[in-house]
Amino acid sequence: MTQAPALLEAANLTKLFPVKRGLFSGPPGMVRAVDGVSFTIRAGQTLGVVGESGCGKTTTAKLVLRLEEPTGGTIQFEGRDLHTLDGRGLRDYRRSVQAVFQDPYASLNPRMRVAGIIAEPLVTNETVAATALTKRVHELLDVVGLPARAADLFPHEFSGGQRQRIAIARALALSPKLVVLDEPVSALDVSIRAQILNLLRDLQEQLALAYLFIAHDLAAVAHMSHTVAVMYLGKIVETGDAELVAKAPRHPYTQALFSAALPSRPPDAGAPQEEIILSGEVPSPLNPPAGCRFHPRCPYVMPRCSQEEPPLLMVDGRLVGCHLYEHGSPAADQSVGAGFRSAGGEAAR
Amino acid sequence: MTASAPLLELKQLSTHFVSARGTRVVRAVDEVSLTLRAGETLGIVGESGSGKTTLALSILRLLPTAARIVGGQVLFQGEDLLPKSDTEMRRIRGKRIAMILQDPMASLNPLFTVGDQVAEPMRVHEHIGRGTAWSRAKELLRAVRISAPETRVNEYPHQMSGGMRQRIVGAIAISCEPALLIADEPTTSLDVTIQAQYLQLLRDLQRTHHLALIFITHNLGIVAKMCDRVAVMYAGRLVEAGPVRRIFDAPAHPYTEALLESIPRLADPHQRLTAIEGQPPDLSALPAGCAFAPRCPKVLERCRGEAPPTITIGHEHVARCWLRGAG
Repeated sequence: MTQAPALLEAANLTKLFPVKRGLFSGPPGMVRAVDGVSFTIRAGQTLGVVGESGCGKTTTAKLVLRLEEPTGGTIQFEGRDLHTLDGRGLRDYRRSVQAVFQDPYASLNPRMRVAGIIAEPLVTNETVAATALTKRVHELLDVVGLPARAADLFPHEFSGGQRQRIAIARALALSPKLVVLDEPVSALDVSIRAQILNLLRDLQEQLALAYLFIAHDLAAVAHMSHTVAVMYLGKIVETGDAELVAKAPRHPYTQALFSAALPSRPPDAGAPQEEIILSGEVPSPLNPPAGCRFHPRCPYVMPRCSQEEPPLLMVDGRLVGCHLYEHGSPAADQSVGAGFRSAGGEAAR
Repeated sequence: MTASAPLLELKQLSTHFVSARGTRVVRAVDEVSLTLRAGETLGIVGESGSGKTTLALSILRLLPTAARIVGGQVLFQGEDLLPKSDTEMRRIRGKRIAMILQDPMASLNPLFTVGDQVAEPMRVHEHIGRGTAWSRAKELLRAVRISAPETRVNEYPHQMSGGMRQRIVGAIAISCEPALLIADEPTTSLDVTIQAQYLQLLRDLQRTHHLALIFITHNLGIVAKMCDRVAVMYAGRLVEAGPVRRIFDAPAHPYTEALLESIPRLADPHQRLTAIEGQPPDLSALPAGCAFAPRCPKVLERCRGEAPPTITIGHEHVARCWLRGAG
């Protein structure tokens, strides 16, 4: 794959949320929602972020959208640090970065007509004549596959999939360079999901959009993304080429996550089921485990995992944060593959 | 009961919702016939509004007041459940047929301890004393892999995570050793790795208690992983039913085929998805013929006028489609 130029680069991004405690119970705690995360979104490409609830993927999206101020780290957009932008620069940034949210029943104002919803970003950001505005709204409706008469209707007159199309049209109104998609299909019916995923891919091709695609459906992320980042408790544990990570995951958490993904067809009779079932649940981000955050659930945990945090190292063409791979990859790789089956059975018990 | 007799048999079951003035009728479940044998897992797949939940509630007769079962039979262990009185039904629910709902927070009472709630069905149905029920509750919590059940029995639902709550609901469901467990989207609110834990648990419980399971889901992945047989619903009708491998290998109905092609696959991530055009129909204004005809890529002239009959394709494999044979 050719390397497109970097559009957005996040370096060491951190967001802590203070938690209020009782009056006498000591200093406030901190939820480390996103903890030292670095990633690059390339122009016209998709970065997929996967992880379970509480892993920090939505906070990451909010940081990129500037809906939250980062506690630490930087975001550079087209080479400029967002922190240094003045009001005008920030306004330009917000025009270039738009969002589509999960629930199209909550993200559209029920008292506005569709034309008003789609035109709103244009009205607030540009001075457009009324006739040009109507024309642009009709263009946008056409782009997302809705008829022009939709402009005069209210959101409640549409189904979930159609509403998501309206939300996409609104996000495209200002011709952004990056669209943040936070679980854009999880609220939709199965037969409608494919329509929206196809639409998003077509739009990316036509308009050279970059996407930050956040979802918990691994197959959908692998389908949509060029690069993926797997998050666990506020940290990226593995990141690299989407197909590489999906087909041959290296970090024990990624392996378990993709093994837990549901099959697209029934297993063959008699075929061995290589299933890794993790024991336990995701610990609280208020008090994350020391060392590697995955170590209490990891089937290969070693003594040093609870003391030292593993750095992200290049393993087989992608970055992995795991002590297993610190001394060269191929040997460790095979022992991991073999060890997992037995360890997986153990963990299931 | 002989080994071959089905545990549950639905015959032409129809449930309609009627508006207050009786002017609008929604055929939520329309002439559905299904069988389920002891120890078997049946997946009922469909989109929202396809009638899958109404079908499950019709079996238990837990329908909202606007809904009426207008025809058919629900034969459970050989007896029809539809003519039974409310008292008789209460003795069946929770005892012989149990149900797990989607949202574990809504199905647990926040004001009672977990132990009380797990013990309740045993005290009601089996009239055992509080002490015995309480100690059996601890065993059940251990069976659903809740750690430290001795302390957990005294805790309240809000003190537990979503995955634990759903396991507690599972413990309540199996407490009276039912023959049939109906699970309505049991893992939709759970995370991926927790979902894998829960599905594994359900499979183990099924094996140890010889349960028959009905899985209601919109997720074909769950069906592929868990079920022996699958029934596909569209707009209140059963459009296809059969053994799970047959349905995935050679779907007979265009809707089933399209559904299978519309899900992204991990093994082949960059293939373009086949989308089903259009929207699911409005159940109160269904088209005259086959309900899927307006969206069907292989529609025939006949489909728009006449509803297709149920056609047998192979062993235990049926589909409602004109493409599969002229009536």
